[in-house]
Amino acid sequence: MTLGEQVLKVRSKNAGPFWVTIDVFCGSAEVYGQMTRRIETERVARLFDTPLQLVKRFDIADLHVIKFSIRRPVVQGSRWDRDMHGAQWACLLEELPLDESPLCA
Amino acid sequence: MPTRVLVPSGVLGLGFDRAALARGVSMRPDIIAIDGGSTDSGPFSLGAGQSKYARAATKSEWRDLMQARATAGVPLIIGTAGTCGADATVDWMYDITCELAAELGQKVSVARLYSSQPADRVAKALQDGQISPLMPAPAIDAAAIAAMTNIVALAGAEQVQAALNTGADIIIAGRTTDTATIAALPLLRGDHAGAAWHGAKIAECGALCSTNPTSGVIVVDFDAAGFTVEAMHEAALCTPHSVSAHMLYENTDPFILYEPGGHLDVTDARYRALDARRVRVEGSAWVPGRYTVKLEGARVAGYQTTIIAVLRSRHYVSNAKAWVKKLTHYLNDSIATRMGLAGEHYTLEFRLIGVDSALGGQENRSGDPVEVGVLGIVTARTQEEAAEIGKLINPFVLHYPLTEDEELPTFAFPYSPATTDRGPLYEFALNHVMALDDPMAAFRLVVTEVGA
Repeated sequence: MTLGEQVLKVRSKNAGPFWVTIDVFCGSAEVYGQMTRRIETERVARLFDTPLQLVKRFDIADLHVIKFSIRRPVVQGSRWDRDMHGAQWACLLEELPLDESPLCA
Repeated sequence: MPTRVLVPSGVLGLGFDRAALARGVSMRPDIIAIDGGSTDSGPFSLGAGQSKYARAATKSEWRDLMQARATAGVPLIIGTAGTCGADATVDWMYDITCELAAELGQKVSVARLYSSQPADRVAKALQDGQISPLMPAPAIDAAAIAAMTNIVALAGAEQVQAALNTGADIIIAGRTTDTATIAALPLLRGDHAGAAWHGAKIAECGALCSTNPTSGVIVVDFDAAGFTVEAMHEAALCTPHSVSAHMLYENTDPFILYEPGGHLDVTDARYRALDARRVRVEGSAWVPGRYTVKLEGARVAGYQTTIIAVLRSRHYVSNAKAWVKKLTHYLNDSIATRMGLAGEHYTLEFRLIGVDSALGGQENRSGDPVEVGVLGIVTARTQEEAAEIGKLINPFVLHYPLTEDEELPTFAFPYSPATTDRGPLYEFALNHVMALDDPMAAFRLVVTEVGA
């Protein structure tokens, strides 16, 4: 089971040239509650090869959203950048396997 | 005094629904405000001082908005004109405006707010300790500042208000914050400051805060206690969720937004549906702080030549990574021996499209693609040098064998010549703020009468 299969939508986009921000729309309070427990910030930092202290996390209960803002390892549009808008980064989080413990339907 | 702001879309050049615009005009707004750019597309626009949007698209939409302004009889403002908001793109937008004024038979007063920063002003501010880095900030010194092709400062509400106070019909602003052109008039008229900035942030991408993002047009009503937002397209609804979720968009922090002279804090904001279409927001706070303007700068980081080949043969598709590693090693040796070029003077990188070109080392999936695109990117000190490397590597990108004992392969080149000279590679070179005693100290206003 991947994260993307559990939630409504995962999207990412630059927040200025030096950061990318990733929003996980959980869709309901129930899924949000599960995801806040099951998505570990350390794992997200590893996924994007970013030091933990450069990952900001916001759990936003009103919107059922978990948001991660990550310092870009390469600045937008610089020589080694591969994704000008940072919008494909979401795929990594979307495809993140969650452990097999059963979720409420 | 309550203020009604009409926002036709998130950016000029992307289109808006004309019936929705007409509906917005019929609601008697106090101002029409639209954004003209951002850093979203990368450093090229700022580096080169050019708009990313077609002149024809910009002119056709600006014609609609100039006519809407004439009908409404209120000011029309564009912020960050010409994508990057450098002086050159303000003048580009001014030329379009002059042409349209003549074509439409309008006589209008046009204020231009210039945001470009001369390098010596920025260097002096750095020396005087008036420049502070944001996180993360590239290292800068006087030489680095002098080497930048364009530097702009992001104007806030104060500079836009100075332009409004000229009484101009049309304001063409250089780089501004995304929100300043929308927040300026409500703030000038004494509406709630937290609401002015929060409503501006919600509205800056047009109907993106509604259930029908592409329809463009929205109207925001600001008053002494909060703001109310409504989309103008019949099928577009603003809901508490669609509106509040917009604070997530392109923001590292969904609760705090820094602006010149302070920051917006929406932690305690409450979103309430007035009916199926409109949302009321109250409780946002404006927290005054030091008066600083953010700086953006771009510099040339090298010159590029690219090459594309396509691998279709199964043998090469399944061994693409090993092949490209061996090829890169061979070519770097060849560049050193045949051109005498040391490794620190250029880079050569191949990205395998169909394998991992978007995510690079972070890609964790693998598959069995039908074909693999090989995108070679050469970056060197001059265009001539990059082009020469491109020519040197060309026959090997076409024919390089995986092993010594096999026949020379010939891959698919999509066109001739296979190499493309891309010109300068620009890089963002500033992530800093500059303190100002007088908000207008780093900005210029020019007002002219144009048209017949």
